[in-house]
Amino acid sequence: MKDFINRIGLPRFIIIIFLIFLMALAIYLNIPLSDVITDILVRFGMNAILVLAMVPGIQAGIGMNFNLPLGIICGLIGALISIEFKLSGFTGLFVSILIALPLAAIGGYLYGKMLNSVKGQEMTVGNYVGYSIVSFMCIFWLLAPFKSPELIWAYGGNGLRVTVSLESSTSHVLNNFLAFKIGKVTVPTGLLLFFAIFAFLVWIYSQSNKGLSMIVAGSNAKFALSNGIDVDKQRIKGTVFSTVLAAIGIIVYSQSFGFLQLYNAPLYSAMPAAAAILIGGASLKRATIVHVLIGTILFQSLLVVALPVINVIAEGTMSEVIRVIVSNGIILYALTREGGSAA
Amino acid sequence: MDLLQIKDISKSYEENRVLKNVSLSIKEGEIHGLVGENGAGKSTLMNILFGMPVIHSTGGYEGEMLIDGKPYKPTTPEDAMAAGIGMVHQEFMLIPGFTITENIKLNREKTLPTFLSKIFGNRLEKLDTEAMAKDAREALKKLDMDIDEYVPVAGLPVGHMQFIEIAREIDKSKLRLLILDEPTAVLTESEADKFLEVIKKLSQMGIAILFISHRLDEIKQITDSITILRDGEVVANVKTDEIDVKEIARLMVGRKVELSKKEDEDRGIKDENILEIKDLRVNMPGEEVKGLSLTVKKGEILGIGGLAGQGKLGIANGIMGLYETSGSIVKDGKELHLNNPREALKSSIAFLSEDRRGVGLLLDDSIEFNIAFSSLEIQDNFLKQVGPLKLIDKKKVREHANRMIEELDIRCTGPKQRARALSGGNQQKVCIARALSLNPDLLLVSEPTRGIDIGAKKLVLDTLVKLNRERGVTVIITSSELGELRQVSDRIAIIYDGKVAGILPPDASDEEFGLLMAGEDLKKVVN
Repeated sequence: MKDFINRIGLPRFIIIIFLIFLMALAIYLNIPLSDVITDILVRFGMNAILVLAMVPGIQAGIGMNFNLPLGIICGLIGALISIEFKLSGFTGLFVSILIALPLAAIGGYLYGKMLNSVKGQEMTVGNYVGYSIVSFMCIFWLLAPFKSPELIWAYGGNGLRVTVSLESSTSHVLNNFLAFKIGKVTVPTGLLLFFAIFAFLVWIYSQSNKGLSMIVAGSNAKFALSNGIDVDKQRIKGTVFSTVLAAIGIIVYSQSFGFLQLYNAPLYSAMPAAAAILIGGASLKRATIVHVLIGTILFQSLLVVALPVINVIAEGTMSEVIRVIVSNGIILYALTREGGSAA
Repeated sequence: MDLLQIKDISKSYEENRVLKNVSLSIKEGEIHGLVGENGAGKSTLMNILFGMPVIHSTGGYEGEMLIDGKPYKPTTPEDAMAAGIGMVHQEFMLIPGFTITENIKLNREKTLPTFLSKIFGNRLEKLDTEAMAKDAREALKKLDMDIDEYVPVAGLPVGHMQFIEIAREIDKSKLRLLILDEPTAVLTESEADKFLEVIKKLSQMGIAILFISHRLDEIKQITDSITILRDGEVVANVKTDEIDVKEIARLMVGRKVELSKKEDEDRGIKDENILEIKDLRVNMPGEEVKGLSLTVKKGEILGIGGLAGQGKLGIANGIMGLYETSGSIVKDGKELHLNNPREALKSSIAFLSEDRRGVGLLLDDSIEFNIAFSSLEIQDNFLKQVGPLKLIDKKKVREHANRMIEELDIRCTGPKQRARALSGGNQQKVCIARALSLNPDLLLVSEPTRGIDIGAKKLVLDTLVKLNRERGVTVIITSSELGELRQVSDRIAIIYDGKVAGILPPDASDEEFGLLMAGEDLKKVVN
């Protein structure tokens, strides 16, 4: 038993026990399990790429990329432009991504350069850069010259809505692609496949010579330097990849959610993603696809199962409170581990 | 009666015995010199004497110490101070923003009662600045220091800071024994002279001084008696007038345990230079190289020795481009790009860092990955082409690692074991395996046996010799342990003050080595 706990790690063990307890409670409270499982699959698919965005950052040595909002804003801009041109379905989705990619790459590059001058404090700085950019973009959203009635306030005037519906454009294109039912459970095949593609890309990159240089630079900068690796360059590379994945991640997230959330919404994206990968067993120095898979499933399951259960037995707003406690608690726990080793 | 008696002190850090039955005694007002190479056990002895916590957290010591014939067992520096022992450390322990007075009286401030302190206790008493300034002035006067006591310490010349540290010690009313750890290392010559004057004056006031220094002439000039430590043992305990500098140097270096005498063989090293270094300057903190020139012959093992801080470690780090470097390095007739580790590696130079765990290894990665990585990164080995990507070929890596593990006899549970779990000697072998995977023709090795137990030391050294003999790899080995350099090297360069002080054959006499390490001019002393 002790061996087993050691192998999967104490935090994961506790979360799994808690999850099983919640599941049992859900069945006892007659909450339909098929709905819960469908929800878990969907929420896994929509969040997984955002969690995946943490991987290149950690590998390149910048730790948790708390500046995910940067990439997310690039993704949002991509999505907004594709709506402005009245694109919908897969065309809309891919054009959104195509527009977001160069923006995220440039943003990531500049941010990476900046991180190289604040080595050792990337996570703190990342947080504040995130805040600044989100605030700055609040002004941008108000002034941006978008004209589509989908985007601007219904009563006209300047500025974008707080939430933009994707009903007429890309809503659920991935979720519904090749979706099928097992019993009452719906499997969002397209969503999961899309994640699988990016997970595979990140995995294959981490096996290549270029990727290994980046990982080595991240895990021991002095060792990397003595092996002729340009550590600063590798860190920029990791930051760019992370930002790009965040941009793609938010587009996928939004199409599943059905809305684009502007203004302050991007602020709340980094914490859950960081919490998820840490639950999955990543440390501040080491992260793999397996950590992403386990972490996202556990974290999202916890939310999906906990919400209806707690809503039934307690006040309605409790669910949000629990979510915040869990995600921040896990981050705190992981950061207190020495050097972030195996949370 | 002797002021301080140390009897049969022994101390080991885990398996590593650093002090063996050390005894010495110091009389009141005596200046006692303590000399020895790096690692001879001087600092450990001082730490024991001063009750530093590091001693007790590692299991304490054996033996006993007496002050005025009474047992003395310090467990904290406070105990030592209460017994009248003061210590001036190599690094200054002063608060820059405080004035001289405040630094001297730190934590021993004089205070006056106030209205609040009568209610809330003496923590709220106010400072009696006048009395403190008076004390500080007195202490400074004893040192012949002519400086205003209200000046902040920040910005003062180092020489002054040294005096202020001493002033702080002598201000303690009970000071009876002052320990000075290489006090003149940071001073200029004139400052040092003045400093030595002051030391003499202190001893006339009845304060005993334990003086640690690498400058042998200084020791000879100022001390009354000398204790020489080597490998944690006292090799001599003599009156200063009965010994000369050459003899001190000889005793200090001595012959180390003969591990295996090198067989007489015709090495047949050709007169061909593999490396020519001219006017090398390396800005490595604490190991600065200042305009060094050196040539290395193809196929030889060149030892680089010298005391810590003289710059010997900077040489290899500079050649590899890990610290800012200027000058000229010619390898095989081609100018080497400086400040570029990748270029150095591509020129068939491999490097084993002195910081094995920090620079030499990926501690949390497998042995096999550690072994293969340099070659993978620099020479694109261990890769397979898959479409546009070059992926790591795990099968080749595994095979190579298994071969290396066998060849170098790395003791591990298998190629997948993490490097962190290995012992020091085996970690070093993993580093050697990594360097070998590059097929270098020049191998730079820094402190290969640091932190390795004695049995494994021999294995590591034998491995290096084997590489040299069988693969024809030229080896530059930098080490603080002269014994091991003499055992494996063909020539030994001694570094002093960032330059080559001299190059000696391994069978040169102990005193020649000792004198070069202490920065003495060989010819001058001999004449």
